Amino acid sequence: MTVLELKGISKHFGAIQALNDVSLTIKPGEVVGLMGDNGAGKSTLVKIIAGNFPPSHGTMRVLDREVHFHKPVEARENGIEVVYQDLALCNNLTAAANVFLGRELKRGFGPIRILDYATMYKRAADLFKELKSETRPRDLVKQMSGGQRQAVAIARTRLSDSKIVLMDEPTAAISVRQVAEVLNLIRRLRDQGIAVILISHRMPDVFSVCDKIVVLRRGTKVADKLISESSPEEVTALITGALERA
Amino acid sequence: MAVSLDDTINRQTHSTLSWLLSRQTFWVFLAALLACIALSFLTDTFATRNNLFNVTRNFAFVGIVAIGMTVVIISGGIDLSVGSTLCLSAIVTGLVMSAGYPLAVGIALALIAAILVGVVNGVLIAYVGMPPFVVTLGMLSVARSMALVLSNNKMVYQFGPDQALLLQLGGGTTFGIANPLIVLAVMALIAGFVFRWTGWGRHIFAIGGNEHAAILTGVPVRRIKVGVYVISALTAGIAGVLMTGWLGSVTTNLGTGMELTVIAATVIGGANLAGGVGTAFGAVVGAALIEVIRNSLILLGISTFWQGAFVGSFIVIAVAFDRIRSLRQSD
Repeated sequence: MTVLELKGISKHFGAIQALNDVSLTIKPGEVVGLMGDNGAGKSTLVKIIAGNFPPSHGTMRVLDREVHFHKPVEARENGIEVVYQDLALCNNLTAAANVFLGRELKRGFGPIRILDYATMYKRAADLFKELKSETRPRDLVKQMSGGQRQAVAIARTRLSDSKIVLMDEPTAAISVRQVAEVLNLIRRLRDQGIAVILISHRMPDVFSVCDKIVVLRRGTKVADKLISESSPEEVTALITGALERA
Repeated sequence: MAVSLDDTINRQTHSTLSWLLSRQTFWVFLAALLACIALSFLTDTFATRNNLFNVTRNFAFVGIVAIGMTVVIISGGIDLSVGSTLCLSAIVTGLVMSAGYPLAVGIALALIAAILVGVVNGVLIAYVGMPPFVVTLGMLSVARSMALVLSNNKMVYQFGPDQALLLQLGGGTTFGIANPLIVLAVMALIAGFVFRWTGWGRHIFAIGGNEHAAILTGVPVRRIKVGVYVISALTAGIAGVLMTGWLGSVTTNLGTGMELTVIAATVIGGANLAGGVGTAFGAVVGAALIEVIRNSLILLGISTFWQGAFVGSFIVIAVAFDRIRSLRQSD
């Protein structure tokens, strides 16, 4: 079984060919490192999977069912969650409010529906516990550390029954200790059978947490192999073009 | 391990007292209260029934519009057209009623005119993507011009068969409390409820905090933004109708410059012009403080020319307090 299958995905913006015939399959609980230099097409690929825009050519299947996304909400309805690079958090709201943003739980009768604070705090606390993160649901995100902010963004992906979590550069701008925290969060997702696509520039992160590595260069896939069969040196060569293909 | 994690997650960060002390609204409320107490001792005239009645009624109009402005400012926008919208709605009320229609029709058409102003503002801002400052600055001019066109710049002072009802609505009292003050109280309660307990309220805070995040998480940002400007215009419209009843006449310069007083009240009450922060109670308290300052200058025999200096200083002081507090938090 595959959770995500891309076949011959291409994308061009006018004359610019951003992606060229990229195919990819991901199994449940698999952590895939997506690497490549700036402009290699990583973001374009992620945005296609996340439903920001459709591909020019090619097909996408989620759980063996063909899908066509036109906006992010549609991808989310199909079990694809995204942790954006800037995390898409509102600093002025609490951790729980951010987790449930756009999907607030309500209670009441008939047309009168009010926010169900108690349940949202409790579920958010459960999610943070599941992620083993010391994050308090009632705290404002403004006051949180980089690792806690990541936990809030990741907890958000656990609200529904998600199959795939896309993470865009989650370790780019945080401290060493917090990087370790985030990598642990990724392992927790994997343990629950969720597939993770990790976009990263940091070789050590990819090699410590990923099962498989995919390298893009100038819009084409130049490598797709198990992490155990590769090495940081090889990947660096693939990214820069010193090595044509592997 | 599990126990200590549970403890950390469930620990409360703030006590109720420290939460209260960290609120700008609380300090402004205290300032207004102290000013009132001081004035009661310093003058014989402040704590009289008559003066208190006047003060509360006067700030009610600003307060009502400030509630709408708070909604806009929380969402990260600004509405400069409220003074003109207030005038337009007052003129429509006057013209419709002086043409012999009943009060209900006058109010309905006045509020529809206000809502139209809000819809135009909202659509241009949310769907066309223009900056709120520019759109509402344009509307400030357009709405007042509409009021001039409709009334031909004539004062309206006769309101047809329902004149007495209108004057009672805006100038009268219920159980000894000025009617506009009751409207203000009801609207503040509704706004407070919406801010805290509804998904819509949660979403305006989210949009003001990080609009991009709100879009990505599936919040219907455009629709909500149109609603925000409609509510602001609607509060201006309601205040316009009430002011017509209070004054007993309408001229086309009604509400000129009012947007600045309203924004001042909102900011003094703790709303952050950058968006994402604000309370309904704050808007009311801010409006009250401005009126108390105004009233005290008159009662203390200080030239009213000083009013602007005092109100302006309070805006700066209130925001400075907020600044100092956030600096201390970030340390």
